[in-house]
Amino acid sequence: MAIKQLTVFVPNRQGTLVSITNTLAAHNINIRALSIAETEEFGILRLIVNDEATAERTLAEADYLIKVVDVVGVKIGDEPGKLTAALDVLDKAGINMEYLYAFMARTEKHAYVVLRVEDNAVAENALVNAGFHLVTEADVNKL
Amino acid sequence: MEQRYYQKEFETMPLEEMRKLQSEKLVKQVKHVYDNVPYYRNLMDEKGVKPEDIKGIDDLHLLPFLTKADLRDAYPYGLLAKPLEECVRIQSTSGTTGRRVVAFYTQKDVDLWEDCCARAIIAAGGTNKDVCQVAYGYGLFTGGPGLNGGSHRVGCLTLPMSSGNTERQIQFMTDLSATILCCTPSYAAYIGETLKEMGYGPDDIPLKAGIFGAEPWTEEMRCGIEETLGIKAYDIYGLTETSGPGVSFECEEQTGMHVNEDHFYAEIIDPDTGEVLPEGSKGELVFTSLDKEAFPLLRYRTRDICVLSRKKCSCGRTLIKMSKPMGRTDDMLIIRGVNVFPSQIETVLLNEGYQPNYQIVVDRVNNTDTFEVNVEMTPEQFTDKVSEVLAKEKALANAMKTMLGINPAVHLVAPKTIVRSEGKAVRVIDKRKLV
Repeated sequence: MAIKQLTVFVPNRQGTLVSITNTLAAHNINIRALSIAETEEFGILRLIVNDEATAERTLAEADYLIKVVDVVGVKIGDEPGKLTAALDVLDKAGINMEYLYAFMARTEKHAYVVLRVEDNAVAENALVNAGFHLVTEADVNKL
Repeated sequence: MEQRYYQKEFETMPLEEMRKLQSEKLVKQVKHVYDNVPYYRNLMDEKGVKPEDIKGIDDLHLLPFLTKADLRDAYPYGLLAKPLEECVRIQSTSGTTGRRVVAFYTQKDVDLWEDCCARAIIAAGGTNKDVCQVAYGYGLFTGGPGLNGGSHRVGCLTLPMSSGNTERQIQFMTDLSATILCCTPSYAAYIGETLKEMGYGPDDIPLKAGIFGAEPWTEEMRCGIEETLGIKAYDIYGLTETSGPGVSFECEEQTGMHVNEDHFYAEIIDPDTGEVLPEGSKGELVFTSLDKEAFPLLRYRTRDICVLSRKKCSCGRTLIKMSKPMGRTDDMLIIRGVNVFPSQIETVLLNEGYQPNYQIVVDRVNNTDTFEVNVEMTPEQFTDKVSEVLAKEKALANAMKTMLGINPAVHLVAPKTIVRSEGKAVRVIDKRKLV
């Protein structure tokens, strides 16, 4: 059920980010969602793309340090309080969250939230049991 | 039958005979230098030593030392002992420490050097059936020309690749079934990494041995290279000042390098007092060239710290063995008053499961030394969580603090981002301007 997130190590050097997005564009990769975590000396770029296999290969060939990880995607109604409801579910289930980021789905009245947790299956069960719908690879590809 | 020695007579010579040979050569060499090198004649005169005072190897300690500073002062011709008409070649150091050394060779000097390299190749199991890939730099650097000559003498099919262009190295290695690889250990490790990435396992390539030198490396690094490439990795030692690689070399026992002491007499001295230390002591390695004609250095201080041993070797060679250099008297960094050897950093990295691809950056800001270590991460070590990357940096910094006594700032960086020059990784950048 999980969706694939592409993770790229980004040294804090001018031009690194643009060269990454250039590489992706040159291979016709469309970025669906993007988040960057930054420290003083490096950043970690997290991407949801339409073709993660090609993206991984092309970036690896360009000598970037990359890792593909499974993340949970959950659909949230596009109205106040809905994110809180989802986070509540995870909190009550005792699930510790590493990070999250959100993006809007163009076709549906939903926001998509990407969650990075210790155990994907546990989080997915908790959310589904509470009536949430998960984002699938097919959903991502439709964007 | 497999050839075990290149020059058996000298490689297995009994100690008494060897001392006699060395003594005869030294007496002649001292006279040659005194007569032809005014620079060294002055040093001897200052010390009150005459050539006639040197009657044998036991008198060697009477002679003055030569240092890298002397080589710089005498640049370029001040230590030349033969007319240029008799010289056929120069080789030079990379000048990474800021002092370029130019060494001169007569044809006999080149022959002697190549013989030494041939001894090393045969000690690593080389025969005329082998295909020897020389991936040391060619040109002024001694690595390529030395091993190239040695490989010819053994009769190997020689691939004069020079360093760099890893893709081409691997293509020739696989297409022409190279069996022996000669290069720097860091380049060997890099070729190994690349082969692994390309899907080659140790059994997929016909390499059986590697002869690696020209930079410090550890036992852990040896194990890593042997495993990745499926070979035995042999150490080789040398310096441009004495000829180049082949001053000493490892045999199948892999417990130190046999010094070609019929050509290069080795001493260990106390680096502070200059006193000669007994066998088994740790100290600075000093070489005297017994046969070199054009550039015959007497008692040259190498700055390498090591130990000499006459322990009987199972390979049958009687040549004295030197340990792998444990550091250098001059690459030792003093950071916030603490002595730091790059080899210590390397040991920590290997203990902690990192590749020894690192760079030390030292600077001085507001009268305080800054101490940073950049370390290349492998894809396995990279993670999508910032906290985990930071935790890894902290763990490495702690391990280094335990080893060194001072705390570095550790930065994990992407693979292949640490600068390599001529296949030699640039290990230390010292930006401090200390007057």
